[in-house]
Amino acid sequence: MKPFVSLVGRGAVLRIDNVDTDQIIAAEDCKRLAKSGFADALFARWRAKPDFFLNRPEYAKASILIAGENFGTGSSREHAAWALRDWGFRAVFASSFGDIFRRNALKNGLLAIQLDGALLEWLRRLVEDNPELNISVLLKEKTIAVAGESIPFTVDDRARWLLLNGYDEIEVTLTKAAQIELYERAREEWLPTHLPSRPEPSNVVRVRP
Amino acid sequence: MTGATLIDKIWRGHVVIGEEGEPDLLYIDLHLIHEASSPQAFDGLRVAGRVVRRPDLTLAMEDHNVPTNTLELTEPSGREMVESLRRNCELHGIELFRLGDRRQGIVHVVAPEQGFVLPGMTVICGDSHTSTHGAFGALAFGVGTSDVEHVLATQTLPLPKPRSMRVEFMGDLPQGVTSKDLILALIAKIGANGANSHIIEYCGTAISRLSMEARMTMCNMTIEAGARAGLIAPDDTTFEYLSRTPHAPRGRAWERAVTAWRKLPSDRDDALFDNAVTFDASSLSPFVTWGTNPGQAAPIDGFVPDPSLFSDQREKSAAARSLEYMALEPGRPIASIEIDTVFIGSCTNGRIEDLRAAAEILKGRKVAESVTMIVVPGSMEVRRQAENENLHEVFLAAGAQWRLSGCSMCLGMNPDRLQGRKRCVSTSNRNYEARQGPQVMTHLASPAVAAASAITGCITAPATIAM
Repeated sequence: MKPFVSLVGRGAVLRIDNVDTDQIIAAEDCKRLAKSGFADALFARWRAKPDFFLNRPEYAKASILIAGENFGTGSSREHAAWALRDWGFRAVFASSFGDIFRRNALKNGLLAIQLDGALLEWLRRLVEDNPELNISVLLKEKTIAVAGESIPFTVDDRARWLLLNGYDEIEVTLTKAAQIELYERAREEWLPTHLPSRPEPSNVVRVRP
Repeated sequence: MTGATLIDKIWRGHVVIGEEGEPDLLYIDLHLIHEASSPQAFDGLRVAGRVVRRPDLTLAMEDHNVPTNTLELTEPSGREMVESLRRNCELHGIELFRLGDRRQGIVHVVAPEQGFVLPGMTVICGDSHTSTHGAFGALAFGVGTSDVEHVLATQTLPLPKPRSMRVEFMGDLPQGVTSKDLILALIAKIGANGANSHIIEYCGTAISRLSMEARMTMCNMTIEAGARAGLIAPDDTTFEYLSRTPHAPRGRAWERAVTAWRKLPSDRDDALFDNAVTFDASSLSPFVTWGTNPGQAAPIDGFVPDPSLFSDQREKSAAARSLEYMALEPGRPIASIEIDTVFIGSCTNGRIEDLRAAAEILKGRKVAESVTMIVVPGSMEVRRQAENENLHEVFLAAGAQWRLSGCSMCLGMNPDRLQGRKRCVSTSNRNYEARQGPQVMTHLASPAVAAASAITGCITAPATIAM
């Protein structure tokens, strides 16, 4: 992966709290084998409304989604992160995130950045007043530079390290294979294991439609 | 040194590498997979030329996309997902319970009933409701597809240890109030974000008296409080349940296991939690959601709230938004809302006790003409058990549909999704906008409330149906 050090882009403000991943992408739109091509499905149902934020011309070039509280709550579907990324977002600011969504986003180079509620609100007003404002996200410094101000943010340290260096996390963990093997030798022998068996067809009757 | 919590003990026992300033590398004892969140993970392995490290600690299920009225995969996109899982399991030597297998069902129903989830284990799955397995005193949580790939390749996950929250329920649950009501009431109290980044340990009298099925319902919906996981200390109820499962340890191994499990509960006096909540369970009524997040719930004898009376600006606008979607006016009695669909099933309430509770209310009664009701057992094992008890006769006689097993109407991912502006009382876990179909309005409730509502055609307290 290419290292991710900083980003400069415009913001788009979504003033809804508790945006769940079912709204970001519906389950029906997740029925695909690929990891990309989900842009059309992003907020599809809400986007049908003409005044939805993604339909506003002033946000057409935005790459930073400025959300509210508990963004990405709910389902573990990583498709939500893929859809936001496919649309062109490279960062999401929120005062809090659904835990699984935050992890998924960071693993796909979509910066899930947590901001203090008051700072977030200040930034939202700033962007609503001037959508053409450039916002710089400095991952190394953990700060956002905007309108001459420097705002500190919180981001998962491990994800930040992986992104700054462009490391593949699985590759990093695989270098620890010897320790994993050592751990495995000491596991209790009564812990369950599963071996493939032949499927057992059951005699289920058709049910009334 | 202070005492350790159940969470501390499980965590410590699974740290492969723990270094200051780094996330712990946590070993995963059981990796559950299904067709909806695994294809891209397997594809990632293929591209990188990696193998599945421990296929013997991996168990696969077909559940999200399967239809429940036929064994044929009728939807092309759903069939593609399922066939991809079949190929991947074949290629990597992973046990798969296919559609049509006697053991098939919803992954979070099947794994526990087969005895694959034991106290003290770590369990992950590419599904947020993995928290269900915490009912056994296991640390179980949902992850995304990237983490699924990581666990397939390494059987571990690098994770910072989440904060802990103790939730104690004082007193006994009143008659007719279930663990579904308990968890809905808790989320209503602390909010859909109330346990963000925490692992909850549930305790107290009301919890220790719950059956394993009821505990699974609690832990299942812990994710709806924003928590990473929820768990309950293992006790005799846990051991008794496990002793009846086909895959729990036997003989000497069982004795050694129980000895280890008895040491798991949080140290009584000095275990430290980051947060604590206490909750009086003794005066609770059945709870029903009125909004579009699981925290927007009220007692069944209560009213749709008036957003203008909310003091918190954010809650006010969220409530107004929810009521608009739900087409509800403030002040309306919850128990007067007319419904047209009832869904009993899901990893939250698709177990045998749930079906018994619904059947008890429906026995000798009819589903209202205006209502379509489907009953979807959480697994084919639950279905067989229910048929042995003739519960299916009760459902069919009442005019409900008796289905095969799968995730069904909980999420709009299979043929059971609803069409149009339907209003559904659902025993599932999420009342999000359009969760059950593009325009559907969902009211979450217990199986007893769902069954009572099916009879009258509006949201109804079970106690008002003469027994």
